[in-house]
Amino acid sequence: MPIDFTALFKTLKDRFGDDVLGHVEFRKQHSVRIKHTANLAILKFLRDDPAAKFEMLTDVTCVDSLRLPSDMQLEYPERFAVVYQLRSLTHNDVLRVKAYVPEDPCEIDSSSGLWDAANWGEREAYDMFGVEFRGHPNLKRILMPDNYEGHPLRKDYPLKGRGERDNFPKYTEIPEH
Amino acid sequence: MANAAETIAKIAPKASKEVFKTMSMNIGPQHPATHGTLRLKVELDGEKIVKMEPEIGFLHTGFEKLGEYRNYNQFVVITDRMNYLSPLNNNIGFAIACEELFNVEVPIRGQYIRVIMAELSRLSDHVVSVGLQGMDLGAFSVMLWTFIEREKLYDIFEAVTGARLTTSWTRVGGVFRDVPPDFPKLVKDFLAKFPAMLDEIEYMLSKNKIFMDRCIGVGALTKEQAISYGLTGPMLRACGVPYDVRKAKPYLCYSELDFEVPTRPEGDVFARYQVRLAEMRQSIRIIEQALEKLPGGGENKEKLPVSSVNHKVTLPTKEMVYHDMESLIHHFKLSMPGHGLIPPKGDVYSCTEVPNGELGFYIVSDGTGLPYRVRVRPPSFYNYCSFVKQIDGCMLSDAIACMASINVIAGELDR
Repeated sequence: MPIDFTALFKTLKDRFGDDVLGHVEFRKQHSVRIKHTANLAILKFLRDDPAAKFEMLTDVTCVDSLRLPSDMQLEYPERFAVVYQLRSLTHNDVLRVKAYVPEDPCEIDSSSGLWDAANWGEREAYDMFGVEFRGHPNLKRILMPDNYEGHPLRKDYPLKGRGERDNFPKYTEIPEH
Repeated sequence: MANAAETIAKIAPKASKEVFKTMSMNIGPQHPATHGTLRLKVELDGEKIVKMEPEIGFLHTGFEKLGEYRNYNQFVVITDRMNYLSPLNNNIGFAIACEELFNVEVPIRGQYIRVIMAELSRLSDHVVSVGLQGMDLGAFSVMLWTFIEREKLYDIFEAVTGARLTTSWTRVGGVFRDVPPDFPKLVKDFLAKFPAMLDEIEYMLSKNKIFMDRCIGVGALTKEQAISYGLTGPMLRACGVPYDVRKAKPYLCYSELDFEVPTRPEGDVFARYQVRLAEMRQSIRIIEQALEKLPGGGENKEKLPVSSVNHKVTLPTKEMVYHDMESLIHHFKLSMPGHGLIPPKGDVYSCTEVPNGELGFYIVSDGTGLPYRVRVRPPSFYNYCSFVKQIDGCMLSDAIACMASINVIAGELDR
């Protein structure tokens, strides 16, 4: 049966106080906004509490708020938002959790201890945005080459890159003896 | 199976220790047994895999970055190229996400033709997956039979969308154009011969001792592991979890159609093969029901609309544009850059059941014609994440069998 989100938000607010910044409902989808310092505690509660029971982490990703219009910027106390899409199979419902991570230091605790799916999802968020996940077993780049510099999906990274295409290592001619 | 080093140490204790180091091998991005550009760095002790590290990203094209520079109707072209075995499912998935954001509804005929094309596309993907699973284990003929059926499916796709692979068929609010008048006949002719091919595959593989020995017990995952790894689709259902987006949160007209969701408890490679075969038979059921219930039938004499009539979102027809001032203005606003489809500000996550699992789109809109962030939740990515766990202690040939059963599609994995 579907989750009563008003009751769930009240429980979260009562239990975690200021760490829960608010909740949003748009197009019948619910999101909770939290502080990044408390993300592990809140996610563990959402995974284990019988009223919530979000056993599956469907997706973990990131949004860079640098170019948002000013009224949407109000939702973002920090530059990056790490977004967790949680799914409850027992209740057949979904919830979005957004944790706001500042630009410097760009760190948040890794949830790969709670769900194995976070392992690669967080690696991709690190690769594309530069958000570091503390406690991640293997935080290295996943889609880009390992020695790449820069984080492509950030809003200040240009669409056409920074001249990588022109600077591939070239084979040099073998000199005549 | 005893460790090679221990055995040799017992019978030839003075032999050099150097001989028994593990061998590092690279199953490189170009390899006939990997499905697409996948790289595996393995350390082998004889044939047993001691350590394995998959490396992905060889087909990374930056679809998510491109999504921020294409408007909502232009992005559909990019969705074709993700899961290129079933492009229609991706098109439909993205269109459904946009329609949720814009809050428009597709008319009933549009929903039915989308469902029929999605299920045909699902058949084309599962057929490749089962065929390649056979081919990777040596049963090459199975792949050739399945590809014959795929050619017939490509004929249908070409008749409806105009292209075999890069269909780009859906638009926000509906589809590009209606199906041709002989569409029910085309599909029925195809469905008349298709189950015979499924029966032949079952006859070839399902009771085949070699296939069973190579697949049963290989790559098994428990229910809890499957849920923790975020698996979806046939991989999750082969572990015993009956989760299917079409039943859990029905979209389009799936709630009016009667079908089952096959599951198996074992979670190994053989179970996934059986689930995919069973799903294909269920897809045939869905297509037959949908064809029967299709409002307007093949010819659509009543000219039922296939796209939303809300012309702030879908283009009006040319007759309307030439005769009606409002339609002219809507057409102008939708086609010119700087205007375009204007969604409300906000974010949605919407998922559909594609052959590989749950394809999700998380769209953040900033109120302009271009999305602010398009996140594609690829099923292959989260399915492949569990690969290392699956081949724990297996031999190299088991790893190949597992990889075939996951059905990783590099385009979707790397985006």
